[in-house]
Amino acid sequence: MSQLIRITQVKGRPIPLRGNDIDTDRIIPARFMKAVTFDGLGQHVFVDARFDAEGRSLGHVMDDPRFEAKGPRIAVVNKNFGCGSSREHAPQALLRWGIKALVGESFADIFCGNCLTLGMPCVSAGEADVSALMAAVEEDPAHDLTVDVETLTVTYRGATYPVSLPAGARSQLLGGTWDATRILLQAEEQVRQTAARLPYLRRFAPE
Amino acid sequence: MGKSLLEKVWAAHTVRELPSGQTQLFIGLHLIHEVTSPQAFQMMREQGLKILFPERTFATVDHIIPTDTRRRPYADEEAEGMMSAIERNCREFGIRFFDAGSGEQGIVHVLGPELGLTQPGMTIACGDSHTSTHGAFGAVAFGIGTSQLRDLLASQCLAILRPKLRRINVDGALGPGVYAKDVILHIIRRLGVKGGVGYAYEYGGPVLERMSMEARMTVCNMSVEGGARLGYVNPDAATFEFLRGRPFAPVAEDFEAAVTWWRSMASDAGASYDDIVRLDGAGIAPTVTWGINPGQAIGVDEKIPAPETFAPDEREVAQDAYAYMGLKPNTPIRGTRIDVAFVGSCTNGRLSDLQEAARVARLGHVAPHVKALVVPGSEAVARAAEAEGLDQIFRQAGFEWRLPGCSMCLAMNPDKLVGRQVCASTSNRNFKGRQGSPAGRTLLMSPAMVAAAAIEGAVVDVREMLGKKEGSRDP
Repeated sequence: MSQLIRITQVKGRPIPLRGNDIDTDRIIPARFMKAVTFDGLGQHVFVDARFDAEGRSLGHVMDDPRFEAKGPRIAVVNKNFGCGSSREHAPQALLRWGIKALVGESFADIFCGNCLTLGMPCVSAGEADVSALMAAVEEDPAHDLTVDVETLTVTYRGATYPVSLPAGARSQLLGGTWDATRILLQAEEQVRQTAARLPYLRRFAPE
Repeated sequence: MGKSLLEKVWAAHTVRELPSGQTQLFIGLHLIHEVTSPQAFQMMREQGLKILFPERTFATVDHIIPTDTRRRPYADEEAEGMMSAIERNCREFGIRFFDAGSGEQGIVHVLGPELGLTQPGMTIACGDSHTSTHGAFGAVAFGIGTSQLRDLLASQCLAILRPKLRRINVDGALGPGVYAKDVILHIIRRLGVKGGVGYAYEYGGPVLERMSMEARMTVCNMSVEGGARLGYVNPDAATFEFLRGRPFAPVAEDFEAAVTWWRSMASDAGASYDDIVRLDGAGIAPTVTWGINPGQAIGVDEKIPAPETFAPDEREVAQDAYAYMGLKPNTPIRGTRIDVAFVGSCTNGRLSDLQEAARVARLGHVAPHVKALVVPGSEAVARAAEAEGLDQIFRQAGFEWRLPGCSMCLAMNPDKLVGRQVCASTSNRNFKGRQGSPAGRTLLMSPAMVAAAAIEGAVVDVREMLGKKEGSRDP
């Protein structure tokens, strides 16, 4: 089982992924889901928005030299990011491309939960703040953006924005329990007791 | 004060409250398929984890399976790899596998209900967002990712927050030629693709109460397209009758005990909701999507909305949609030429869906420039349809009658759009590139509307086709 890794702060160069309702099919098209591992997904992230059928660049922000950077990256997004399919391939592809956290107006529920199990915070900010942050990043992307899980703030180029996380996510990240397996396995006896109370598990036969 | 089904099911399955504030929730039924499970089994092996309740997980193959031949090895090596992996994983972990050709294989969300695995009052999870389908039975059913799938295999539990609850009442009655698919497309159009984020949807009212179980499944299936991770209908007599005699349903006097428990899990009259929405069923027309998300939908007799009709934060997506779809605002959706027609998927691949499509297919022949596919949702659906001669009706009308699977809903098998083809589809997502071509275009609609479009070669109002060809009979 994995080690406890407490995530209090994520710092890295920002990458703006502008647009509402960006679905997981767009993040990683289904044709790349036929491998039995997640390895190699990073190179296909947003592939159809980045390259034409002949593999020529469409000038997507991920391939724009202005936004090129080494090290961990933080995506800045708008509303309902990650909607659609439950495929964990989407956060896995983003993670393998280098994205360690996301800041946006809102996130689809399943996507947000999947990110959490990978230790990738999805923090939400108000529309005006995201708009200001997005503009600041697009104007000058060559600074580190800081997502602070402890203080629930995002800081970029001297400006600090308040953010929120779904209830539970903050303490899971701070406590290092975002990978829930260990916690869930601690209660096997209670799990069996809960199961014993459910009549459908004995096909409604009398006890 | 009364309680909602969501509260009751949640309470019955709560193992404990976690320090994080989430619930450790027991999951009564776990369904898996070949695409999102292999990495979870690999994690199990790497982390030395054992499966806790192998008898509560059931597997099938649906996403990658070819629909023209079942011959192994599959021509696509990666698909063959996924198939071999799920066979090996089920063997090694002691999981029951409904294999292709077993007579029981099918799309995971078609198979669960038809085997009677899906029952009221259960918690159900699957590595697939359309797990919300099972909510039609009054189950709390939702999609999960692969790491959560591992958690579930190892502990039969998930760490999760209870969503808020929105009641959606559909009053009145549906007009002729209007189906469950139109109801859910209309709901998403009204509430938006992000309207349900953070919510579970409880669907009710006279329209839902009168719906068959298959129709309710269509509605619940697309909850996630409206942003709601789960949606359900309270169980009633129709639910219990559907389950009676199914292979995994309780039998004899145990069935009566089950009905008593199932009934007790339904929302009480005084249940409280975080939000209530009322819609009029009579105001719903056959509905078609024109854009790149399921909320971009209109009645077939309407025009594609103009940019200024959208809220400022939706205008950009609308502009993107006009460009991608090659459709102009203020022009009718009717008459839009199609290249492909697809009847199938976990949304509309059940017997009643095929019956409605066949009723229209009987009236004509697929237009010469259209490729039309009918893909039954399961081997059981295929058998039942063939017993009624539906396969013959489709074949005579120029449709291809295929083997069961997800097929062109997400095109992980060889069934794909080519180039910028336009597909009239009974599936659930019109996202860019969804049907296998990065430039392919999808128009979502009901099975009857897809069959009508296949015959016309363009989007058409099925009510007119039925009215004209079937004479004075009520369509």
